[in-house]
Amino acid sequence: MPATASPSIEQLESIARTLRTHALRAIAAANSGHPGGSLSAAEIVTALYFGGVLHHDPKNPEWPDRDRFILSKGHGVPILYAALAERGYFPVEEVMTLRQVNSRMQGHPVQGMTPGIEASTGSLGQGLSIGIGHAIAGRLNGKHFRTYVVLGDGECQEGQVWEAAMCAGNYELDTLCAIIDYNRYQLDGAVEDIQSLEPMRDKFAAFKWNVLETDGHDVQAVLEALQAAQEHRGRPTCIIAHTVKGKGVSFMEHNNEFHGKAPTSEQLQVALAQLHGSQESGVRAQGVSG
Amino acid sequence: MTTLSTVPYTLKIGRATREAYGDALLELGRKNRDVVAIDADLAKSTFSWTFGKHFPERFFNIGIQEANMVGIASGLASSGKIPFISSFAAFALCKGFDQLRMGAAYPHLNVKVAGSHGGISIGEDGVSQQSVEDVALACALPGFIVCIPADEVSMTAAVHAAAAHQGPVYLRLGRPKAAVVHEAPLDFAFGRAITVREGDALTIVANGLLVAQALVAADRLADRGIHARVLDMHTVKPIDAEALARASRETGAFVVAEEHLHYGGLGSVVAATLARTTPAPIEFVDLGDRYAESGKPDDLLRKYGMTADAIISAAESVLRRR
Ligand SMILES: Cc1ncc(C[n+]2csc(CCOP(=O)(O)OP(=O)(O)O)c2C)c(N)n1
Repeated sequence: MPATASPSIEQLESIARTLRTHALRAIAAANSGHPGGSLSAAEIVTALYFGGVLHHDPKNPEWPDRDRFILSKGHGVPILYAALAERGYFPVEEVMTLRQVNSRMQGHPVQGMTPGIEASTGSLGQGLSIGIGHAIAGRLNGKHFRTYVVLGDGECQEGQVWEAAMCAGNYELDTLCAIIDYNRYQLDGAVEDIQSLEPMRDKFAAFKWNVLETDGHDVQAVLEALQAAQEHRGRPTCIIAHTVKGKGVSFMEHNNEFHGKAPTSEQLQVALAQLHGSQESGVRAQGVSG
Repeated sequence: MTTLSTVPYTLKIGRATREAYGDALLELGRKNRDVVAIDADLAKSTFSWTFGKHFPERFFNIGIQEANMVGIASGLASSGKIPFISSFAAFALCKGFDQLRMGAAYPHLNVKVAGSHGGISIGEDGVSQQSVEDVALACALPGFIVCIPADEVSMTAAVHAAAAHQGPVYLRLGRPKAAVVHEAPLDFAFGRAITVREGDALTIVANGLLVAQALVAADRLADRGIHARVLDMHTVKPIDAEALARASRETGAFVVAEEHLHYGGLGSVVAATLARTTPAPIEFVDLGDRYAESGKPDDLLRKYGMTADAIISAAESVLRRR
């Protein structure tokens, strides 16, 4: 199934707000989860799932020609569940059972359990290698699908990420695209204070990647980077998406307390008001189909 | 309905064993300047930060790189330091396993590994963060001491014992607050089980959170006139073979309860030990041969059968086999 015609940038921005709303509601209902790293990835996920980038079929999640999406930073999965639900993989109400016993909405992505989830992640550092496997399989089978992997910046401290980077560069896997949610925080604090990754751009370039940098909250810019990645031949592309942890909710932005803590119900109300204000009902009525 | 937080009125809920680990590590750091701590971006969760904020020059939060952490510990130990390294048990053991094998077990170095959030009682995060194979993996490392303390009192003692011991040690820490089953000061030694309840009808061998559940089960069995002995088998390796043989002769039946996969944990070690000394029927309370899922700790322990209720059913079946 080809990607459907993309909605306007304005519509995409409103979709990102809707996804944030679902993710925060689910995390608050579970009283457990990772708001910060879910919110920072909202525009990235929106661009991929609603901006006409991913070719996929919610009615046929196993479609062999589908583009692959792997959330390597698995703790950000609430924003992905929100996107998959709005895309029709499962009902939005199901997202609200996040992290509860007997739910398919596991705390981290589980392959084979939840439709649309391509890899079991949550132990950081493994998704890019899995992406390489898909890209190689595609090449061997003469398929033209693309593989997208979203990583956290803290996650890039894992050695396996660099083994994978070396491998993908050497194998010239131009159907592979890594997107780094570069929000500058990890669990215990700022990435720069704990174990600096800089210069990140030079690192990936040295491993023979095409490297792009973009504002990860500017949907238009993210879409342009994804387009450039698609057109690039001979090298995998790494998009360093500069983001803000907790983006969209004033008291979560740049506040790493919300790395792995759910908002209280009062905080949730404030957050939802900030995200949608009076437009919320309008946005929901418009929906995100298309 | 028995839950994690349902313990007899005689037991009070204490600190989580991870919190006790941090406090004990700090105390150790004050006494011994060779103690160095490393964490892999979970310092606030493992409570190694309790040490870290007092001894910044001896604390390294190296980021999300568990294999590197184990390797660094190997070098530190080789140069005379006493490294205590911590992360979630799932990552320390699974991601650092070859490094533990080559860099700690094989050269028999003084590396202390603290694996936090052991078992499924970590809850909502789900399988990727639930360590259910760490005891099997640690027991597979020759020369390692493998210890799963039940409460803050035994955890404190275990941290000091780990520092005093020459050689590699694995300690499993838990996320939830744990019922206090021991009294301080505790006479504690690795490899020596603690009898927390006397009895002659059967023996419940448990460690970690399951010790409190075993006590709840023993209370309820006692109401029916069945007096179960309860052993806190905090050390899985080396196992207290003598306490097991004595229990076998005196009680003749066992239930082994642990928050771990069936294969390779306390149950396997108890069975292998008894087979050689004093065979007796055994029933097992554990996760079985499967992964769990996300959910509240109590919901999960109930669904996957690691509660006092499960221990009571196991006791009933083992008594039928005696
Ligand atoms: C191998 C591994 N080690 C540790 C953790 C615990 N953990 C969960 S999230 C996280 C921080 C991740 O930081 P980053 O990748 O920057 O994600 P973000 O800031 O976007 O949430 C850590 C250490 C884990 N999930 N996996």
